Amino acid sequence: MRLSKRTSSAPTELDMTPMIDMTFNLIAFFMLLINFSQAEQNDRVTLPVSELAKPAEVPPEFQIVAHLTNADTVEIGGNIVNLEALRSQLSPELSLLQVSGKTPADAYVVLRGHEATPGGRVQDVIKRFQDIGFEKFALRAKEDVK
Amino acid sequence: MKLRKKHTDEKIELSMTALIDIVFLLLAFFVMTFKVSAQEGDFNIKMPTPGNGSAANTSELVMKLRLRSDGNGNLKDILLNENLSFGSDFNALRGKIVQLVGDTSGPSDGEEGPEVEIDLDYDLHYKYVINAITSVTGYKSGDNVVRLIQRIKFAPVRK
Repeated sequence: MRLSKRTSSAPTELDMTPMIDMTFNLIAFFMLLINFSQAEQNDRVTLPVSELAKPAEVPPEFQIVAHLTNADTVEIGGNIVNLEALRSQLSPELSLLQVSGKTPADAYVVLRGHEATPGGRVQDVIKRFQDIGFEKFALRAKEDVK
Repeated sequence: MKLRKKHTDEKIELSMTALIDIVFLLLAFFVMTFKVSAQEGDFNIKMPTPGNGSAANTSELVMKLRLRSDGNGNLKDILLNENLSFGSDFNALRGKIVQLVGDTSGPSDGEEGPEVEIDLDYDLHYKYVINAITSVTGYKSGDNVVRLIQRIKFAPVRK
């Protein structure tokens, strides 16, 4: 018996729709999960871990984030600050507080210290902020996910 | 002037190649920059300047916690109230704190209650300070946090 070969002249088309749908879904997933809090982070700071570290339910109304890096520098807003002239370098923040009718005692200073930073250095930084009038400090740690 | 209408039977095909290229590039970017980062949390401490009225100590119990360094920044010894030594065992310290103050449930961020004054060597690594604060402020019991001492302060800097 002879079998006749079927030949089709129509080109085979691959349906790309499900793949594109899936890819767009993946992009949406990663875009939503991208961490937008990078502004508060610093590559030169490895935070110490603590099992009790949980993000605050209500973030403070006004806060200044100071990074104590592994290079023994203090960075605020991406700039290395000189602790001797901290008051002048914080003048924009202090002005903002004044305009808002608040004092430094109402603001939080968030200290993100590298885990191997000398503890006395952290105390030094606290003391400098105290001299300006800040009273509330938050020592930041990373959640221990064991 | 008469305009002739052009009729064509050819099917217009949309080229998807460029779109797919861009989409895959975007996907590769997000996959490669994706980082699962642990949550961060704060230990709040209130430290008014000495001489400020609000700095008055109203607590009934102030415990002095001394953290000594071995000279290289590592923890050598933990001393509570200058007489109880725990070596470098923070769990033992926590056990003693539980004995002294008992467990309290719920937040107690007020001005009342026991207080811990942390006195550390200048070069002691910051992670040990956080460990000490963790040990005295509470512990996790299942999914719940049992709170111990919420009032923390630092002794003057040792040079």
